[in-house]
Amino acid sequence: MSILVNKNTRVLTQGITGATGQFHTRACRDYGTQMVGGVVPGKGGTDFEGIPIFDTVEQARKATGANATVIYVPPPFAADAILEAVAAGVELVICITEGIPVLDMVKVKHYLKDSKSRLIGPNCPGVITPGECKIGIMPGYIHKPGRVGVISRSGTLTYEAVHQLTQLGIGQSTCVGIGGDPIIGTNQIDALELFNKDSGTDGVIFIGEIGGTAEEEAATYIKQNFKKPVVAFIAGQTAPKGRRMGHAGAIISGGHGGAADKIAALKAAGISVAMSPAELGVTMKAALDGHKN
Amino acid sequence: MNIHEFQAKQVLGRFGVPVPKGQPASTPEEAAAAFRALGLPKAVIKVQIHAGGRGKAGGVKLISSAEEAREFAARLLDKPLVTHQTGPEGRVVRRVYVEEASQVARELYLGMVVDRKAAAVAVIASTEGGMEIEEVAAKTPEKIITDPVDPLLGMAPFQARRIAFALGLKDKQVGQFATLLGALYRAFVETDASLIEINPLVVTTDGRVICLDAKISFDDNGLFRHPDIRELRDSNEEDPAETEAAKYDLSYVHLDGNIGCMVNGAGLAMATMDIVKYYGAEPANFLDVGGGANAQKIAAAFRILLSDSRVKAVLINVFGGIMQCDVLARGVVDAAREVKLSIPLVVRMEGTNVKEGKQILAESGIKVIAANDMADAARRVVESIGK
Repeated sequence: MSILVNKNTRVLTQGITGATGQFHTRACRDYGTQMVGGVVPGKGGTDFEGIPIFDTVEQARKATGANATVIYVPPPFAADAILEAVAAGVELVICITEGIPVLDMVKVKHYLKDSKSRLIGPNCPGVITPGECKIGIMPGYIHKPGRVGVISRSGTLTYEAVHQLTQLGIGQSTCVGIGGDPIIGTNQIDALELFNKDSGTDGVIFIGEIGGTAEEEAATYIKQNFKKPVVAFIAGQTAPKGRRMGHAGAIISGGHGGAADKIAALKAAGISVAMSPAELGVTMKAALDGHKN
Repeated sequence: MNIHEFQAKQVLGRFGVPVPKGQPASTPEEAAAAFRALGLPKAVIKVQIHAGGRGKAGGVKLISSAEEAREFAARLLDKPLVTHQTGPEGRVVRRVYVEEASQVARELYLGMVVDRKAAAVAVIASTEGGMEIEEVAAKTPEKIITDPVDPLLGMAPFQARRIAFALGLKDKQVGQFATLLGALYRAFVETDASLIEINPLVVTTDGRVICLDAKISFDDNGLFRHPDIRELRDSNEEDPAETEAAKYDLSYVHLDGNIGCMVNGAGLAMATMDIVKYYGAEPANFLDVGGGANAQKIAAAFRILLSDSRVKAVLINVFGGIMQCDVLARGVVDAAREVKLSIPLVVRMEGTNVKEGKQILAESGIKVIAANDMADAARRVVESIGK
């Protein structure tokens, strides 16, 4: 079992002819993901290495039966690409694009409220269910099928955590990169709810970072509702106030968003917090072993 | 991106937000002329730096002659001013702003930010104007009004009135405030602002509501559609290394430690800073070289890292997904030769083409301390500076 994506997921690529779109569509197809179509306005009727291209998401969905889409469209046009996918009724919309203006995401988030679509991202590595379906830019080979879920705001730090797990022989059910922007589609609690219901997930690695209060809210949710072991790490313990640390969302401002508050909230909720990022894997192993006994 | 107060007032003025009349000056003569141009018996002269706390630091003065304007400018221009927000080195004053003085009856606080949880622009207002809003939030949170704006409706008049009444405004001021708030919201969304802060917003003794101070920060991701706003950037107010990094599309933040860090990905970069600290040293910087860095970009990153003379050792931590370790290794070798690297260099790499990458480093003849994993890398770099 897994969450969000599996071997039956049929995926479109929006922006399939750009350099990033091409590279990662190929990598995902090679991993075994069903890449069934691409969307590039004006290039409908052509194809990318045998994958048919359509002018609109609506046409692509009708013709291919796709239930997911991944977006590599450049920032000025990415919010529109998300809206198009949602308007076409695609169930799962994954936006990799980094650098979307936050006020564009305010509109997108508003539009999503009355839709049946789920948005992952933007500014995220994507979602992978190891051995079944990889949608996004993560390196597939570091993953291993298994029973630990991963939720993260960051890309390469997620790879670091996954690598540690795989080295210890711990496989992953699904890894979700929820994105490093201030406004994202699926938040920490949404992802935790999915893992809570998934019988194929025994525990969750939860990687947060400075900025906002989503980790504090997730801690409350975990304390009240989450029955499986959670291991957390918060990046940015050494970050100064008022400076944006790469991610648009990673900034301590207005007295909120510091790592210390987040760590305290997570610990108070009974979550094991790894103080060093190199200890995520072993902390998870200990938590899983402890849970069994 | 941040801008100066006088620029913020110009931007707001364009949207019809009431601001006092004023003029910037960069020499004592210009300051004197600006006072005369106002044609008023009294004016306020303020230094223009990207930091708060100017009043307490002596950077704001009520003046009543052109001579006073000249004297103030001559005394403060081209010298650093230290406020509680600038750090001990202060900020060099390159401009002053001369504006009409206001007779203040009440001071209020008015702000607008993107509220993550509400996924909307939110108004933040308080009756406690002129104070630091973080302090008000900590001591008397009940005195802060937070009201998210529906993105579909925009700033509806009823919502603006609701906030006006909550601030205790009366009679004509309610309508004035509502108009001001509508204009402020338009300014926010039409310039892709990320923060607007009016502290204080004042009611004058003759009953007008105006912005006495103004601060605007813009969403860097939205600047591509506002070339006029982008021109307001004052690179004098930014760290030169950070400006240089931005040219190469590198994300760099200067910090106070002595371990230079080069990492791919923002999350891993922060985690690398954290693990350096965990092993007892302090990071000199945050540096994310991004996903698709080539040898040139790596070399530029290296130069920027080493431009900080406090850096005593360099730690490279790369998890190659899209980025290939052999490409990174070649970039590091080229850069190390180019800059004649003389301080310890610890490299940890993992991921795509890691074997080839390690081989390139091993055969380069450059002294590289190879680390097996993140913890090993942090331990070794801290050891290398003798801690």
